[in-house]
Amino acid sequence: MLLHLAAKACWPLPIPFPVVHVDTGHNFDEVLAFRDRRVAQFGVRLIVASVQESIDRGEIVEDPVPGASRNRLQTHTLLQTIAANRFDAVLGGGRRDEEKARAKERVFSLRDEFGQWDPRAQRPEPWNLYNTRHRPGEHFRVFPLSNWTELDVWQYIGREGLDLPSIYFAHEREVFRRDGMLLAVGAFSGPRDRSGDGQPFVTSVRYRTVGDMTCTAAIESSASTVEEVIAETAVTRLSERGETRADDRFSSAAMEDRKREGYF
Amino acid sequence: MELLRIATAGSVDDGKSTLIGRLLYDSKQVYEDDLAAVERASLQRGDDYVDLALLTDGLRAEREQGITIDVAYRYFATPRRKFIVADTPGHVQHTRNMVTGCSTADLVVVLVDARNGITEQTRRHVSLASLLRIGHVVICVNKMDLVGYDEKRFDAIRSEFAGFAARLEIADVTFIPISALRGDNVVERSTTMPWYAGAALLRHLEEVDLAGDGGPGDLRLPVQWVVRPRSLGRHDFRGYAGTVAGGSLEVGDEVTVLPGGQSTGVEAIESADGPIDRAVPAMSVVVRLADDLDVARGDMICGRQTLPTVSQDLAAMVCWMDQAPLRTGARLHLKHTSRWTRALVQGVRYRLDVNTLEREGSVTALDLNDIGRVDLRVGAPLFFDAYRENRATGSFILVDEATSLTVAAGMMLGSSA
Repeated sequence: MLLHLAAKACWPLPIPFPVVHVDTGHNFDEVLAFRDRRVAQFGVRLIVASVQESIDRGEIVEDPVPGASRNRLQTHTLLQTIAANRFDAVLGGGRRDEEKARAKERVFSLRDEFGQWDPRAQRPEPWNLYNTRHRPGEHFRVFPLSNWTELDVWQYIGREGLDLPSIYFAHEREVFRRDGMLLAVGAFSGPRDRSGDGQPFVTSVRYRTVGDMTCTAAIESSASTVEEVIAETAVTRLSERGETRADDRFSSAAMEDRKREGYF
Repeated sequence: MELLRIATAGSVDDGKSTLIGRLLYDSKQVYEDDLAAVERASLQRGDDYVDLALLTDGLRAEREQGITIDVAYRYFATPRRKFIVADTPGHVQHTRNMVTGCSTADLVVVLVDARNGITEQTRRHVSLASLLRIGHVVICVNKMDLVGYDEKRFDAIRSEFAGFAARLEIADVTFIPISALRGDNVVERSTTMPWYAGAALLRHLEEVDLAGDGGPGDLRLPVQWVVRPRSLGRHDFRGYAGTVAGGSLEVGDEVTVLPGGQSTGVEAIESADGPIDRAVPAMSVVVRLADDLDVARGDMICGRQTLPTVSQDLAAMVCWMDQAPLRTGARLHLKHTSRWTRALVQGVRYRLDVNTLEREGSVTALDLNDIGRVDLRVGAPLFFDAYRENRATGSFILVDEATSLTVAAGMMLGSSA
């Protein structure tokens, strides 16, 4: 979606900046295939920042629990990539309707030399006059979709006929329950023995967000077209992140805390 | 679907966050898990009711202290309109946050506590809305339940406000008696106030007429990017990309390009989706002109009826947003449309008392949250309209050279030369 908008904004020139994938190693196959297909279509340069390589170099230490999420670890790899490429700005698809800490974030959101977000010292952002100046070592996270809602995104996808990873639509998948959420069965995610994880079963599911396999949950759904997803999204009573993101469930400030550390 | 952008303002404890929580909750826009989280947080804090304010107070410090620190944006929709609500805190950094929230708003909701009536804060918020040229203000007289839903109290507040309103430039001011806590007149008309004949707040927000806002004006297209592909098949392509900031543009129109002042015709208006017949404000387009002109980022393509002011000497109102005061002689970066330039503060002419809209002439500096008239000299001529004529070409920001912080929001008055 963001890539599609970038291509439109830059038309008739090609997108002049590279795309970054922070690769936790716990990917859905369908998403990797989608990534490579879209990169080829847009002719953009792909930078893969590997969390596994950061672990192998001993820069970060993985939680020894089998199948632990690498969600928090990826911040290190992301910040390193930003520094190595001297990026002034990194665009992301975050929306203010996703989460309450995000609701407070600027479109041009400054990160200090440690990649930290300070929600209490944000620059005022009047009109659409974005302040693009930063000091050496600082960078911006830019959120062009700040004012879009999940429903807006789906309606736009429908209107523009956008290509999506197939897992956003209903499909049969072997899943298990953990903490009320449906996780895909897999080598990284589980189910784990003696952990309270439920028995695997096959059902029709789709994903509302796509992240690391170990912390992105599916929802039971039969919506197999954009129109059906729009209809489902319009009446859902559960939030996208609350329903499907285990990483936001640690505490009511889980997102704020990770963002302060440099998470997207 | 039509979009209405709302800013909300009120003093501490006027019940603003509660009102937004109520709007979201009663219009069924609150997700069950979000509500469950709010219930948990209310319990943890020892409240004996579910505090809907927690739906919008997103930061840890806000929930712990029970206050709103920063502007928060919330989104909801009804079958008739989409809404974006900028919830602006009433106390911390009030003016700065209010200016930020109002800068993109079509309508401002101001909360008044029925027990206290019109306060200094109310006057401040309405003055700021007027200064930022918001066309519509709704004054919600809240906590009507605490004054026995008394019509006389509501009328007294209304007449108290009338004297002050005469000094403002707001076309549409609407009063609604509500109780955010109990939901009276928020989403549904309440039976507790049969004497009130108007609409509930949500109905009013769905129906308020935005057609006259903004006005047509003459074409303003600040050039954001010069597009020269130099690729096979497009060797001679030379287009100017930007977002229309006023008026409209059609193929064949005669236009003037500033700063050069040359006249030329519009050969084509294009976009990734194909050619466009007519471009209107907020549309991002690529324009090709009939003649080869020297046009760069920051230049402006204008209609020939009324040209913008072209000047290096600006008279402007600024809202100062930095801890260190603004003084004569300060050098700053200035961003206006798609252009950055340098600015030198030539003088502070007066400070505006935002409670009374009176001018205080004997000032030499503007402090944090002050609004005042300044004269600026800029490094290159700017092409601008008075803010009252065009919000997009009449607004600018000032940025500190050392810290890169945004230190002021500015509104053009005209040329000071």
